[in-house]
Amino acid sequence: MFELSPQDWVAVQLSLRVALVATAVSLPLGIAAGWLLARKDFPGKALFNAVIYLPLVLPPVVTGYLLLLTFGKRGLIGGWLADHLGVVFAFRWTGAALACGVMAFPLMVGAIRLSIESVDRRLEDAASTLGASPAWRFATVTLPLALPGVIAGAVLAFARALGEFGATITFVSNIPGETQTISAAIYTLTQVPGGDWQALHLVVIAVLISLAALIVSEWFGRRAGARVHGT
Amino acid sequence: MLAVDAEKSLGAFTVKAVFTGDGGITALFGPSGSGKTSIANMVAGLIAPDRGRIAFNGDVLFDSAQGINLPAHARRVGYVFQDGRLFPHLSVARNLDYGRWMTGQQRDDTQFKHVTDLLDIGPLLKRRPGALSGGERQRVALGRALLMKPRLLLLDEPLASLDAARKREIMPYLERLRDDTGLPMIYVSHDPAEVRRLASRVVLLDGGRVTATGGVEILS
Repeated sequence: MFELSPQDWVAVQLSLRVALVATAVSLPLGIAAGWLLARKDFPGKALFNAVIYLPLVLPPVVTGYLLLLTFGKRGLIGGWLADHLGVVFAFRWTGAALACGVMAFPLMVGAIRLSIESVDRRLEDAASTLGASPAWRFATVTLPLALPGVIAGAVLAFARALGEFGATITFVSNIPGETQTISAAIYTLTQVPGGDWQALHLVVIAVLISLAALIVSEWFGRRAGARVHGT
Repeated sequence: MLAVDAEKSLGAFTVKAVFTGDGGITALFGPSGSGKTSIANMVAGLIAPDRGRIAFNGDVLFDSAQGINLPAHARRVGYVFQDGRLFPHLSVARNLDYGRWMTGQQRDDTQFKHVTDLLDIGPLLKRRPGALSGGERQRVALGRALLMKPRLLLLDEPLASLDAARKREIMPYLERLRDDTGLPMIYVSHDPAEVRRLASRVVLLDGGRVTATGGVEILS
């Protein structure tokens, strides 16, 4: 029988919320970073690039630990946020979203950067001569033409966020109902005698969600692509 | 009138352009690689000269001595590119309307109708640029540049990417444009026949330098 326990459902919902929030919040930042890397030269660009890609090459546990140091309750940024804005990341689902967002960021920026680089700059020049300021030029020409890549980057980040495990569990632990995502729940179940069968249920759910994300992105990408190459 | 006195190093090649335009069509004429397009780009504000001054009817567009470099989007200099450069994600109608929208001008249906009639592009309005022929694309590009109501129009070899038949198709539109709008234009070309037919003033270029200026008779 395929049945999810209430606790499993909580993990599924939490995972979706964490991945969606992580993707939505990081998307504007990802577009800004992708644009900077694709179009601008500035001092420290190589370092900026390296810092963005760092989570991709660091062991996730290390990223999680660094997040704990900076965004924990006594962390440099975390302490300030808690005192001044009342925003707490430590051991909250928001912390899980932060960890997932950071881990997924390199993939998102990579896709967006590539798509912005592939936008014909001569079209941007044409927009300038027609009176478009740099901000309008970006909003009406660059971004729409880069849209297929932006969508691909967002879906990639969503999928990555959904599967994040190491950084999340290190940073915000594995608290059912608060920070226990699908991955963490599967891990917990495999540690319990006889939990394998239940873990398999969650595995199926994870596969289905990822598959759905890929199909949706393919569909969006195709539509956006058709718009861009418009006939 | 356009007054250009500008210098720009592009690697080993230096463009040094000193000339004035008139109220009609001023042709920048010379072989490819003579710096024509670079000069047009400097007038449009797409590249900045190393030093010099560019002014139109007394308005300074660029002046290195005063530290003035008006950005391209603030110059109101229309530009028709050799390769059209229509926005592929926008319909022909939205392409045509783009400059008016970006410069914050009121919708002007009379002008829109006038320009689309002049160029016979009314039937194309709903199409996407990808579904246009080369000649249609250049006509739309002309209309797009005109409809932002520029004070000066740059045409960079607008016929060069077209075959002979398409050239014959576009030429009458350019003449109509010249006679109908009274807009000062800079026409970049390496084709003496085109220049003779359209221009009232010719600036001869070679190796990045102006070698002669005068009426179309200096072509022979």
